[in-house]
Amino acid sequence: MAVSQPGVPAGSSSTPASLPGSGHGRLVRWIDHRLPVISFLEHELTAYPTPVNLNYWWNFGSLAGIILVIMIVTGVVLAMHYTPHASLAFDSVERIMRDVNYGWLLRYVHMNGASMFFLIVYIHMFRGLYYGSYKYPRELLWILGVVILLLMMATAFLGYVLPWGQMSYWAATVITNMFSAVPLVGDSIVTLLWGGFTVGNPTLNRFYSLHYVLPFVIVAVVGLHLVALHQHGSNNPLGIERRGPQDSIPFHPYYTIKDMFGLSVFLIVFAVFVFYLPNFLGHPDNYIPANPMVTPPHIVPEWYFLPFYAILRSVPDKLLGVVLMFGAVLILFLVPWLDTSPVRSARFRPVYRWVSWLLPADAIVLGWVGANPPSGAFVVIGQIATFYYFFHFLILMPLLGKIERPRPLPISIGAAVLAAGPPVPAAAPMERR
Amino acid sequence: MFRSIVAAALVAGLALVGGTAGTARAEGDAPHPPHQKWSFDGVFGTYDRAAMQRGFQVYKEVCAACHGVKHLYFRDLAQIGYSEDQVKGIAAQVQVTDGPNDSGEMFQRPARPSDPIPGPFANDQAARAANNGALPVDLSLIAKARVSGPDYVFALLTGYKDPPAGVKMNPNMYFNEYYPGHQIAMPPPLNPDQVKYADGTPGSVPQMARDLVSFLAWAAEPTLEERHRAGFKVILFLIVVTGVFYAAKRKIWSRIQH
Ligand code: HEC
Ligand code: HEM
Repeated sequence: MAVSQPGVPAGSSSTPASLPGSGHGRLVRWIDHRLPVISFLEHELTAYPTPVNLNYWWNFGSLAGIILVIMIVTGVVLAMHYTPHASLAFDSVERIMRDVNYGWLLRYVHMNGASMFFLIVYIHMFRGLYYGSYKYPRELLWILGVVILLLMMATAFLGYVLPWGQMSYWAATVITNMFSAVPLVGDSIVTLLWGGFTVGNPTLNRFYSLHYVLPFVIVAVVGLHLVALHQHGSNNPLGIERRGPQDSIPFHPYYTIKDMFGLSVFLIVFAVFVFYLPNFLGHPDNYIPANPMVTPPHIVPEWYFLPFYAILRSVPDKLLGVVLMFGAVLILFLVPWLDTSPVRSARFRPVYRWVSWLLPADAIVLGWVGANPPSGAFVVIGQIATFYYFFHFLILMPLLGKIERPRPLPISIGAAVLAAGPPVPAAAPMERR
Repeated sequence: MFRSIVAAALVAGLALVGGTAGTARAEGDAPHPPHQKWSFDGVFGTYDRAAMQRGFQVYKEVCAACHGVKHLYFRDLAQIGYSEDQVKGIAAQVQVTDGPNDSGEMFQRPARPSDPIPGPFANDQAARAANNGALPVDLSLIAKARVSGPDYVFALLTGYKDPPAGVKMNPNMYFNEYYPGHQIAMPPPLNPDQVKYADGTPGSVPQMARDLVSFLAWAAEPTLEERHRAGFKVILFLIVVTGVFYAAKRKIWSRIQH
């Protein structure tokens, strides 16, 4: 026991039984007895029992958390140099690029960080879809994830407006105009978003304010996401619950080191973009200052919005387009109930195992359509891909769960690992720290 | 293994969508500018100081009549290889407005290295008035503000042709192969031997255009060399760290069967 004091029963809630007292100085124990942050961290980060068989798809959650921190840190420093005024914003970003020490690095990290954030989160979500991580008892965990996605989308859109280039301005115009499709109150909503009767300085100011605050809301929701995660622990590639200690290992050092390895691989990819392709994912028009009098020939959003943009444009009716586009994200909320299969992991679902890959493939097709002008074959391809997107969730998911015959599940994670793994010389099975 | 390949393909697919998104748009009906080799391409790319100085000379003697480079300060010219005294000298040739002084008047004085390089026109209206209603854009970001910027600017400057038979030109418009819509309000700015280079390089049109691109690419991205150098070190460091983490991960995980 960490603290054995008279009057404090061993294992009372203030000093969890798992707290390893050894190795901590008196000061740490003094603090922890009053403010149990250290035992909390040990419980949730060090001892935290984790399935022994997580593969690299499970790296993307911690990566998303780290990139969120990177975005906030670079964002706060950018904000020290950025001027949110319609006639000064563009030039202030150029001053950051040219005159602020390592300003180019800050901005390119923030700019490409947004892309990396979406890439990671999309992969993270695909992991969830493939291994059925949204099923009982993790439905709220999944739902909180979708809330994070929505907040990220809002944040990224608002941030993209801040440099006040041509794409910033016209993306703001197009996206805010979508709300005018809302019956009755549409125009009032748009006026409220604009702070006037067109996108202008008041728009930039409120977008800046919201862009600053939303990331901290994301942090709060990420906190809830983690509380929900730690309640039942991670799902795993087999999609079966842990049955006993032989199925788990402590998070530290096994997954800390694996996450560090994943992080450094990711940072290499990130660095290639930041240092050698900083504008590859961006649009050259955003280096032209915003000009309300000149509409760019093609207004396109950032790549991570392209699939949704394609869905928006797939129908001629504005309101229906907007409904479908938001529906494409909101439908994710229902996934825990749309998937009727009793089996979580696609590994044991012979049909869904392949079908699950059709969704990212469809998203890539949609992204490609979204990047191109809506004419000719693109219209038809976009409509087919939009149809498939909803077909996947609304028809395939419920239906497959009913008609597919899953393969038999292993008895336990430990048994499956022992059966599959090569013999280990020092065969101390499932050593606890 | 199969899964990681599919994952890699997925990532590559997404990157491609992003990439084509950058190029597939905004081209209009103009052909894609042919790719040129530039000294600043690639991981070790750097700017060519001599070419940038020649490019600045062409900018100053030709383009500056119509186009500004407002994001540049005279002091920045030290980065393209001019000495402090040369920068002072270049600045001093230009008069800028300063003030108000103690009696409340604005006054003219020779520019100092800390001044922004002034453009030719007081405002966009004056610029349009002098150019038949067309606006000569600021050139400081042009190399980043167009798809394949450097190739495009080179192609544009060397792309003036007689209009093909049957093409009706609007008044005060010139036919250019690479300008979207082919009708540009800028008269062909470069003529052979228009500029007498200080270093004796013959002033052919492609030569001047190349030198201008070197100058304008630097003007758009003055931190490129620093970025390339830093990137090399950062990525090298990360590769080493990745190796260490991988070894540590193998070692730690060898304690258990997994
Ligand atoms: C006589 C004035 C004049 C001179 C000199 C001049 N330009 Fe221009 N330039 C213009 C005008 C006017 C436009 C706008 C064209 C239009 O809108 O059709 C323009 C447009 C451009 C563009 C933008 C094309 C685009 O894609 O929008 C570039 C690049 C350019 N000029 C480069 C140069 C360079 C480099 C020089 C020096 C060699 C130069 N110009 C000299 C008047 C001039
Ligand atoms: C969820 C995390 C965040 C995301 C996804 C995000 C996204 C973005 C994007 C896409 C841009 C446009 C980049 C460009 O094209 O130049 C941007 C700009 C900006 N962001 Fe953020 N951001 C985040 C967090 C923050 C935070 C926390 C702050 C400040 C406290 C901040 C401050 C800024 C500023 C000042 C700019 C304008 C400067 C610039 O354009 O480079 N961001 N953001």
